[in-house]
Amino acid sequence: MNEIPISHILFVSTALFFIGMYGLFTRRNMITMLMAIELILNSVNINFVVFNKYLYPDKLDGIFFTIFIIAIAAAEAAVAIAIIINLYRNHQSIDVEEAEEMKF
Amino acid sequence: MLADFFILMKAELVITLLIFTLLFLKIGNKEWRNESLLNIINLLLFINLLSGFFIAKEGTLFGDMFRTNELLRFEKNMLNLGILIISLQSYHWLKQHKHVPEFYMLLLSTLLGMFFMISANNILMFYLALELSTIPLAALCNFDLHKKIASEAAFKMSISSAFSSGLLLFGISLLYGTTGSLNFAEISSQLNGSPLQLFSFILLLSGFTFKISAVPFHLWTADVYEGSPVAVTSYLSVISKAAILFVLVSVLYNVFQPLGSNWYNMLFVLSVLTMIIGNLFALRQQNMKRFLAFSSIAQVGFILIGITGQSAEGSASVIYFVLVYLFSNLGAFGVVALVSSLAGKENIDDYKGFYTHNKLLSWVLAISLFSLAGIPPTAGFFGKFFLLLAGAAKGNYILITIAALNMVISLYYYLRIIKAMFMDENKNPVEKINAGLQPKLALAICMIGIIVTGLISGAYNYIYSLVK
Repeated sequence: MNEIPISHILFVSTALFFIGMYGLFTRRNMITMLMAIELILNSVNINFVVFNKYLYPDKLDGIFFTIFIIAIAAAEAAVAIAIIINLYRNHQSIDVEEAEEMKF
Repeated sequence: MLADFFILMKAELVITLLIFTLLFLKIGNKEWRNESLLNIINLLLFINLLSGFFIAKEGTLFGDMFRTNELLRFEKNMLNLGILIISLQSYHWLKQHKHVPEFYMLLLSTLLGMFFMISANNILMFYLALELSTIPLAALCNFDLHKKIASEAAFKMSISSAFSSGLLLFGISLLYGTTGSLNFAEISSQLNGSPLQLFSFILLLSGFTFKISAVPFHLWTADVYEGSPVAVTSYLSVISKAAILFVLVSVLYNVFQPLGSNWYNMLFVLSVLTMIIGNLFALRQQNMKRFLAFSSIAQVGFILIGITGQSAEGSASVIYFVLVYLFSNLGAFGVVALVSSLAGKENIDDYKGFYTHNKLLSWVLAISLFSLAGIPPTAGFFGKFFLLLAGAAKGNYILITIAALNMVISLYYYLRIIKAMFMDENKNPVEKINAGLQPKLALAICMIGIIVTGLISGAYNYIYSLVK
């Protein structure tokens, strides 16, 4: 059976990375921005798993790294959502455009 | 074997112990008065600082993931000293606050993250420690829960740090793909300058420059510094920046040495941009915290010059400058914290005529600003001198000339504050501030530090001997 070549999967992960970046820069809703960051982290996860499986199958470094990233992404999201809830209480909105107390 | 474990990880274990002590204080039945609680914590932090100077050993742990040596121990002691000074300075602010133990728990967990980051010998360990040191910081920025500006700052902090660690991670994953290892030494031996490796290095460097707020990635700095409580601002601008700089120097010098000619040019561009833009924006600031934020961006530009030296002198000069910067910036932030918490004023205009009622505090702020600007008798001059000397060793005199010109610009805006304090007229200047014992002690440590590290040449020689 033919395997999917590594370049295809790397293309998907890189595309996911830049989609996440694009989403982060264009979205105005704070929760959606968090989702964009999750996309970036997931693209990294794909990268690690693929490199581990295709190039260095005898050691499990990449897989372990992925597990840690998933755990940390959860922690990050928890803190960020707590901050957003508090921001909603102060500003009555989770639109980024509304949070503009400080400017140059 | 077990004794080794305890001695090698002593600094981290003491911090962990402190965090758990605070946790038990918090969940216990006894209601503590804030004053006594703060005094106990300050005493504990002092013991923590002292414990760093005894019983030490060099070695590695956990299959080469964690290492420690004399230099790392010295860096950790510096951070311990810094956190003690900040804790003493924020006494008045925390006295009125409901959540003192939580504040210290978050603060100490970020410090724990920084210790692990400095000691990391494996890129997985480094990443975990980096996240441990940034996620609680976002929560700390929001510590004044009811303030609009604080929640905005915390949101900016959490999103930009998450994005920067995303960039860093993508770089790490590509690096893992090209080298097949997570260990620093093995990565270094596999580097050959292929395009994919260079791309991954650029991503890694952008992650780092986000955290030290060098110029293309500096925009979060000013907002976060302005919105956070002063104690957190000084922590961000001194301790967390210092820790990242130590790691940046060691990663660039030990891991990415094979790509040295590539990153020399990147750092050249970064440092020129950082100095110029940091200085130009600092010129037009009206808020004191925002002003210090841009001045700290400009200082990072000078530090990057030292890093371009690519030698033991470069590394030593950066560590020495960070030591000097710790004293001078915390001196300035100490006065700003007092004025902000006791008089409720943060703008530069409020500092007009500051000298009329607060003679001693004006002098403290003036000496700290002189040291930041690099005027000779203070330590700041020698710090910048060694940085430029290390950078000049590469023979790139354009960089040094730009740096010298920028020092003149920076002198203008530092002197603007000094002029406002000593010369400008003001109908109702800041009233006499009764600083109290703890902040006075912190300011005294800063002043002694500024004078002593400048006048005694042993400080630089000691760091240099550690680096070699």
